[in-house]
Amino acid sequence: MIDHTSVRAGARRPQRYLPLQILLGFLVIYFLVPFWWVIVNSSKDAPGLFGGGNTLWFTDQIDYLGNLRQLFTYDGGIYLRWILNSTLYAIAGGVGATVLAVMAGYGFAKYRFAARRFSFAVVLGALMVPATALVIPTFIMFSRLGLTNTVWAVILPSLLNPFGVYLMHVYARDAVPDELLDAARVDGAGEIRTFIQIALPLMRPAVVTVLLLSAVASWNNYFLPLAMLSDNRLFPVTVGLGLWQGIASANNAGTTSLWSLIILGSLVSVIPLIIAFFSLQRHWRGGLSVGGLR
Amino acid sequence: MTSLTEKRAPRTQPETRKIRGKVHLREHLMGWLFVGPFGIVFLAFLIAPLAYALYLSLFQKKLIGGTSFVLFDNYVKAFTDPSFLSGAWFVIRFSLVSIPLQIVLALALALILDSVTTLFARFSRLMIFLPYAIPTVIGAVMWGFLYSRGFGPLTDIFGLFGATAPDFLSSDLIFYGLLNVVTWQWAGYYMIILYAALQGVDPTLYEAARMDGAGRWQIATRIKIPLIAPALILILVFSLIGTLQFFNEPQILRYLAAGAIGSDFTPNMYAYQQAFSLANFNYGSAISFALGGLVFICVYAFLFFTRKRRSFL
Repeated sequence: MIDHTSVRAGARRPQRYLPLQILLGFLVIYFLVPFWWVIVNSSKDAPGLFGGGNTLWFTDQIDYLGNLRQLFTYDGGIYLRWILNSTLYAIAGGVGATVLAVMAGYGFAKYRFAARRFSFAVVLGALMVPATALVIPTFIMFSRLGLTNTVWAVILPSLLNPFGVYLMHVYARDAVPDELLDAARVDGAGEIRTFIQIALPLMRPAVVTVLLLSAVASWNNYFLPLAMLSDNRLFPVTVGLGLWQGIASANNAGTTSLWSLIILGSLVSVIPLIIAFFSLQRHWRGGLSVGGLR
Repeated sequence: MTSLTEKRAPRTQPETRKIRGKVHLREHLMGWLFVGPFGIVFLAFLIAPLAYALYLSLFQKKLIGGTSFVLFDNYVKAFTDPSFLSGAWFVIRFSLVSIPLQIVLALALALILDSVTTLFARFSRLMIFLPYAIPTVIGAVMWGFLYSRGFGPLTDIFGLFGATAPDFLSSDLIFYGLLNVVTWQWAGYYMIILYAALQGVDPTLYEAARMDGAGRWQIATRIKIPLIAPALILILVFSLIGTLQFFNEPQILRYLAAGAIGSDFTPNMYAYQQAFSLANFNYGSAISFALGGLVFICVYAFLFFTRKRRSFL
């Protein structure tokens, strides 16, 4: 009895292990170095950047506002357009993919319909299909339909998220009891209403996880928009910054100011995702464990 | 009201069967109603492109004579094409080094974070995960800066010790340069998945092991790691699929490391070049399809070798 309580108390007290924490400290520095470099160097102007000073510390001139103004006005404010495009692609692709994945996962988990096992096996097999192998044929199909170089060329293929279906299937199977659904049906609720009012709230952690993962996948996507889009006003920020980097590297001397735009542009483009991840932390962590555990 | 009377109706054999039949049909319909929208997207953007890529890959476009059916000629060409072969060899080599490195690092981090419960540990968990929220393209851009001789810190740091900085963008070291970018980007994500799996383990198991005299190391290797084996296999498969398709990072670093990274550096870059720079969609599709086959074989082989340990699917 005494032993038992002492073990419990030990579990509640924070576990320290100083050497491990020091090791962690070094690793954290490694993971943060690129962020630090970008934060420091987006405060510099072109002479400060190329002046040969300390690259990991600020110069006397800290000019975030001036650099921001330059970033958002360069080439008629194209950078803001790229950010808005990325937002559109992430929201449309993320929400669309999530709705489809949630419905399909729930359907696979809760209804015994014809060809269910076979269809689910096909979806699982699709997890192994390299996504980029689909880009070339999708591009040709879309160009036949006149859809290339439109927002649809980026949004429509992003709706496909077989991993989301797998995650929702596992979660719905375990978190939504059949008895509860039957009870709702006996009380006269239709199938759709049962889904929306009973099952959906129970599946919320997994829904948030799938939403976040698909939105991030769309925001980060590079290969697909790079192939599909040729009008730079439709570019997401990833392709846009890649374009700038190509230009800046090609004529190194002439476009020194572009480098500082790229550095600040990278910093600005990652802020929305960092905010999304941190503010939704509680929700997605519960959902992530599902995919791995079963 | 109606549902109540239906339920209470006297149950004669044939009637029940009739109701069951109806329920069954209804269940089929509802099931397909829920799965259908995804099914349409699945057919349109996965099955159709795959079938189309296969179809395209069986043809060849010639300057004279137009497009003609050549069966597997494109594949024969791909598997004797030094560009494709060297790219494929590179991604296989890169997978063999980068995946174990990332997984071991992620596993070590997850185990540390599972046993250290201070505020600093919680802070570290978020910071280590942070790179996952960064688009791979931006990650490559950031590291490109750090590697560059012009404005990277490597020259300064090595200069302090009087040494010349290694050039991670040279053809000798680009392998390690990319290895670092990929590890930085993904180790935190794998760590979070493994950490979440560890948090799901029943802590009374550790207590029991401690009673039996197991040390911290033994608890980690004998209890924790075997229990999260399914999560480990899951992330191994995903990292294998991702690494074989390597594209974003080398494509971005290409601008900075022009001599070290050619347009045929990885199979995916080669397919992209063939399709979009040279408008050779038939050969590009064949390379994509051959790469898909390679991924499938590698994943299947991996799952085959680990099947005894419990499969995740």
